[in-house]
Amino acid sequence: MNVTLQVWRQKNATAKGQMVKYEVKNISPDTSFLEMLDIVNQELIARDEDPIAFDHDCREGICGMCSLMINGMAHGPEHATTTCQLHMRSFKDGDTIYVEPWRARSFPVLKDLIVDRGAFDRIIAAGGYISVSTGSAPEANVIPVPKENSDLAMDAAACIACGACVAACPNASAMLFTAAKVSHLALLPQGQPERHKRVIDMVRQMDDEGFGHCTNIGECSIACPKEISMDFISMLNRELIKATATNKE
Amino acid sequence: MAPALALYRSTIGKKVAMALTGLILVGFVVAHMLGNLKIFTGSQHLNEYGEFLRTVGEPLFPYSVLLWIARIVLLGSVVVHIVAATQLTMLDRASRPERYVFHKKQQATYASLTMRWGGLIILLFVIYHILHFTTGAAHGNFIEGDVYHNVVSGFQVWYVSVVYIAAMVALGFHLYHGVWSMFQTLGLNSSKWNGLLRGLSVLTALVVAGGNILIPVAVLAGFLS
Repeated sequence: MNVTLQVWRQKNATAKGQMVKYEVKNISPDTSFLEMLDIVNQELIARDEDPIAFDHDCREGICGMCSLMINGMAHGPEHATTTCQLHMRSFKDGDTIYVEPWRARSFPVLKDLIVDRGAFDRIIAAGGYISVSTGSAPEANVIPVPKENSDLAMDAAACIACGACVAACPNASAMLFTAAKVSHLALLPQGQPERHKRVIDMVRQMDDEGFGHCTNIGECSIACPKEISMDFISMLNRELIKATATNKE
Repeated sequence: MAPALALYRSTIGKKVAMALTGLILVGFVVAHMLGNLKIFTGSQHLNEYGEFLRTVGEPLFPYSVLLWIARIVLLGSVVVHIVAATQLTMLDRASRPERYVFHKKQQATYASLTMRWGGLIILLFVIYHILHFTTGAAHGNFIEGDVYHNVVSGFQVWYVSVVYIAAMVALGFHLYHGVWSMFQTLGLNSSKWNGLLRGLSVLTALVVAGGNILIPVAVLAGFLS
């Protein structure tokens, strides 16, 4: 199949970028989207041009490195699918495909389609962990966890921190990401000692990073390759209200 | 007070302020609509109701004091609601300086994307509505205390009725997203309750907007005169 690409090209973080058109010929419908970009890049390298820079790692849909706004949708048109798991058969012969980086003030473009998602790392560093004493590992089943809680915590923990929620949100809000990370630990016994401090610190960091706020529109959840539910945003709100009301500091 | 201020400093806290003031305002529009419907039971009934709003609470509260307390609470709620919305909107505007060349909405509702414009329309409408039916400054044929006469003669001007109906449609959209959003923001939503809360917001929007729209329609149709 043949497609026309419109790709965002930007030399570096400070340069002004623009959309550049590429004609892609004779691509198998079973090529993955990233393999298609690899093929384009091989041709660019052969022509002595700068290849298109994009993030990727596992190509199995679990690492959260790939991104890309494809035809205006985070990770492209397929539901619950990362860009690396997207194939050219999701498009039609002759299609024009727009490929852009995530756009948010808190995710500055580094080059072409690569953005700096360090803001997410800093939100995690603010409290998205549990503190444990080192030593021999305790018996895993000593602390009972209700089945419903462990299932819900796993649903939240499925977040791969790719940033699609921010990219899809009209306000570039990081609420779904922060909600998933806060809820995941708030639901488990191991998360209890730091529960209140965690949500206060993570929300503060999220706000400080300059993300927008949540208007409960739901574009995040639809775009999420891991189908993180907006229920977790409600849970995050509840956690913050409770933590602020009972905060002893 | 300190925890409330600490909460307000966060974006979530500003939304909580919007949800709580929104709750007060939803309660008001529902009660207001129910009061309005008294027009269908006759002029004496409606005018008595208007007078009741001033005498309610007597003798504990002097004449019209409770009404003024309610007005102050409502005005305060409107101010907090708008200030928080403005602060959040400014943050959102700054959060994506470079827009997408090509962007596709996947599931956002019309109502959810027009909350800001809807809110502005409702604000302008409320100002006009107070000048029209409360003070009478924007009413050509205003008789102080004769609520029934003021409403019927006001709505007999067709374009006034059109403005009211359009404003109620805007209010309906605002309530459709706002009522559900209120529960979501206060952390009271989950998949277990979601369907019920969505239903409640549809019901609130339809009942408030529909109930109010009945009145100008009834006047224009000649049913009320």
